[in-house]
Amino acid sequence: MTEEIRTLYRISYQLRQKAVEMVYHAKTGHIAPGFSMAEIIAALYFSLLRLNPDEPRWADRDRFVLSKGHACPLYYAALAKRGYFPEADLMEYRMLNSKLPGHPDMRKCPGVDMTTGSLGNGIACALGMALIGRKDRRAHYVYALAGDGELQEGIAWEAALYAGNAGLDHLILIVDRNRLQSGGSVSEIQELGDLAEKFRLNRWDTQTIDGHDIPAVLAAVETAKRRAGAPSVIIADTVKGKGVSFMENQYLWHMKAPSDQEYAQAMAELESAVKRYA
Amino acid sequence: MPEALRDVYGESLRRYGLANDRVVVLDADLATSTKSVLFGKACPDRFFDVGIAEANMVSMAAGFAACGYIPFVNTFATFIASIGAVSAKCLIGYSHLNVRLMGGNNGLTGGYDGATHHCLDDINVMRGIPGMLVTSPCDPVQMDWLVQTLIDDYRGPAYVSISRMGAGPVYKAGERFTLGKAKRVCAGADATVFACGLSVPRALEAVDRLRQEGLSIALWDMFTLKPLDEEAVRDAARETGAIVAVEEHSVLGGLGTAVAEVLAESGLAVPFRRVGIRDRYTESGSYPQLVEAFGLGVDAIADAVRQTVARKKGARG
Amino acid sequence: MSLTKDRVMELETLCRRFRTDTIALLHRLQTGHAGGSLSVCEILTVLYMECANISVDNRCAPDRDRVVLSKGHAAPMLYRCLSEKGFFPLEELETLRQPGSRLQGHPSMGKTPGVELSTGPLGLGLSAGVGMACANRLQGNGACVFVVLGDGELDEGTVWEAAMAAAKFRCDRLIAIVDWNKVQLDGMTRDVMPMGDLRGKWSTFGWNVLECDGHDIAQLYDAIQTAKGLADGKPCVILANTVKGKGVSFMENTNLYHGKAIDDDEFSRAMLELEGAENA
Repeated sequence: MTEEIRTLYRISYQLRQKAVEMVYHAKTGHIAPGFSMAEIIAALYFSLLRLNPDEPRWADRDRFVLSKGHACPLYYAALAKRGYFPEADLMEYRMLNSKLPGHPDMRKCPGVDMTTGSLGNGIACALGMALIGRKDRRAHYVYALAGDGELQEGIAWEAALYAGNAGLDHLILIVDRNRLQSGGSVSEIQELGDLAEKFRLNRWDTQTIDGHDIPAVLAAVETAKRRAGAPSVIIADTVKGKGVSFMENQYLWHMKAPSDQEYAQAMAELESAVKRYA
Repeated sequence: MPEALRDVYGESLRRYGLANDRVVVLDADLATSTKSVLFGKACPDRFFDVGIAEANMVSMAAGFAACGYIPFVNTFATFIASIGAVSAKCLIGYSHLNVRLMGGNNGLTGGYDGATHHCLDDINVMRGIPGMLVTSPCDPVQMDWLVQTLIDDYRGPAYVSISRMGAGPVYKAGERFTLGKAKRVCAGADATVFACGLSVPRALEAVDRLRQEGLSIALWDMFTLKPLDEEAVRDAARETGAIVAVEEHSVLGGLGTAVAEVLAESGLAVPFRRVGIRDRYTESGSYPQLVEAFGLGVDAIADAVRQTVARKKGARG
Repeated sequence: MSLTKDRVMELETLCRRFRTDTIALLHRLQTGHAGGSLSVCEILTVLYMECANISVDNRCAPDRDRVVLSKGHAAPMLYRCLSEKGFFPLEELETLRQPGSRLQGHPSMGKTPGVELSTGPLGLGLSAGVGMACANRLQGNGACVFVVLGDGELDEGTVWEAAMAAAKFRCDRLIAIVDWNKVQLDGMTRDVMPMGDLRGKWSTFGWNVLECDGHDIAQLYDAIQTAKGLADGKPCVILANTVKGKGVSFMENTNLYHGKAIDDDEFSRAMLELEGAENA
């Protein structure tokens, strides 16, 4: 494992720690949906995205839309770690007068490119950003990260149809396929079938990877960027709650604050993972 | 701790829904939050979780109703009044279908979830749909009565704005209500407060406090927002000469607007104030914090009443 | 069993009359959607005259079949079929789109006898059809629900939400028929919003897929009967290849006559073609 990869894994667990701390502190919030995307966020924010935290509105920056907006604690932790705002501010999560509300707000939080919270909409917003980027002849990429349950929203397929027809090759959608939604398993609540096929039929390039495998995430994004003439979807198979034994594959941790004991255990497990990648 | 209205709703829906096999219940992956899950567990055959697809859910309900069923459609108020609005308007309202649209987490009760999950315009949206019954219950007794009534007695489209939280209680067990008729909570001579939802128990506290200051304030529970009890508004204007409308909703298009419409058309130019959210987006926070921060708390209600009474006295003075 | 040749010819004659009546009506009224009405003519005719168990007598029976015209703007052809079935007199068509009429610009279930669902905003009908199919199953009846969609309508995400739900709830008595005329209001669907591999899409959303010529009575009948017979736990869609404006050469394959009034010259040319076909 190269030093860079080791660092990205370490960061993914440090972000998880921060997210647990934030939710524990706020006594409310979403932990597990962030854990399934931790490696993806680490790879994006600490390797792939062209950003300038000193100039959050830099016109040529890559855009990132967290369509599964509820998973924001870990996302906020990444933004803080990249220097958009002090890490101490993370404990404002969900508090009154905070820049870190329960769902991301582009007018409040530096580094947030799009306000999200109503599922499905982020994909269409990213589509709009990519279209404008192409019209203005900008080289930046637009990344959207969606949950799999979110693809039950029809708007996701409206956006997929348009993006495919428009051949928007600077749009990269990553699906955090953790196979759980707030009320249970995706297959029981509303099965999505062959996702890759659904995107292919809308003229997207598709890749399926292990979303916790950082080299695979990096490689998939590089592949997506090399492809011309079609938007790319990376279907990342993940585990909801990944990284803390008692949260893994437990939909009840979709939104829940840990008790003192759970907090201590979660932080200990995550700390040992951080050490593993020291 | 007062009983949360969503819990009461879930339990009432389970109880009365089980007893009537024409009831079907739909949810869009929020059943554990809206509490429709209680019915779903008790009666899986008549429970339909459509996943995260609100528009589809509301239109499916129209299909059920067209076949003689009474569908209860559950998701957060903000999604029903936005994503579900096309079907609510063009299928359900237009054809006067027997659908119950149940908007959970109304007002600010989404709390920490923030502005995207609060709902300040559901009453406005639903009031605009011809024939739509629009209600917002204020306490457990009324919530339970309303669910039973919507199953057993009422025919036509209905919207219910439901609080995730609890307050009160306002009523004793067994209290009866009439759809379209305001319920008097207490009598008074100096001014009248109209309120709905959890604003009723807050207004009651404000009225009690004002009584200690020597002000006699009437409080009416306007749990039916449409059809509005216009007579109650006119009578109150004539009898007390000052009106305050209190709601956990935008001041645009909700209870305050509805009361103002009646006052203006009746030519009853009495001092009048709306307590509600002043055309702005909300934010994350605990529910009690938000109620205070957005000017809907007991203090804010009491202030509004004092000012209105003062204007009345000034006008006469 | 397929339709006899004689019956096919009868229905073809009926379709020619429906087209003539509809164009004449829309010309007289100077309003209404011609193009989509002409493309859906055979689909509605075969449903109402042959395949769907619908009549004035069973109009309130819980186990009647139901037809939902999700592409509600094709209402003129729906009304023509309903009047043929006896739901209201043919003369009442003259009131179409006029104040006080039971025949609104888009179908209204509260007003028009025989209309099973109010439609107009596109993309809602299939969802309602899923609800109807689930309701029929709860009541233990084997009634069919037919939902007629436009192809442009498939741009709407709600159609795909409904498609997923129909597969989940195993609505095998739900039959969607796509009036696949390749034209929408703003132009050809291949220019406005190409749908790509429609067969593949429905299939990956969990549906059985059949395809036929949507102006061929015998093919339509066979496809619908096949769909009714499948009963394998999956909903079924019939992709019916049609021509927008079918029957009037200058209205064919163009968006110009989606909702435009027909002038006198166009009317006489259309009548020459339609009546020529009728007398042929």
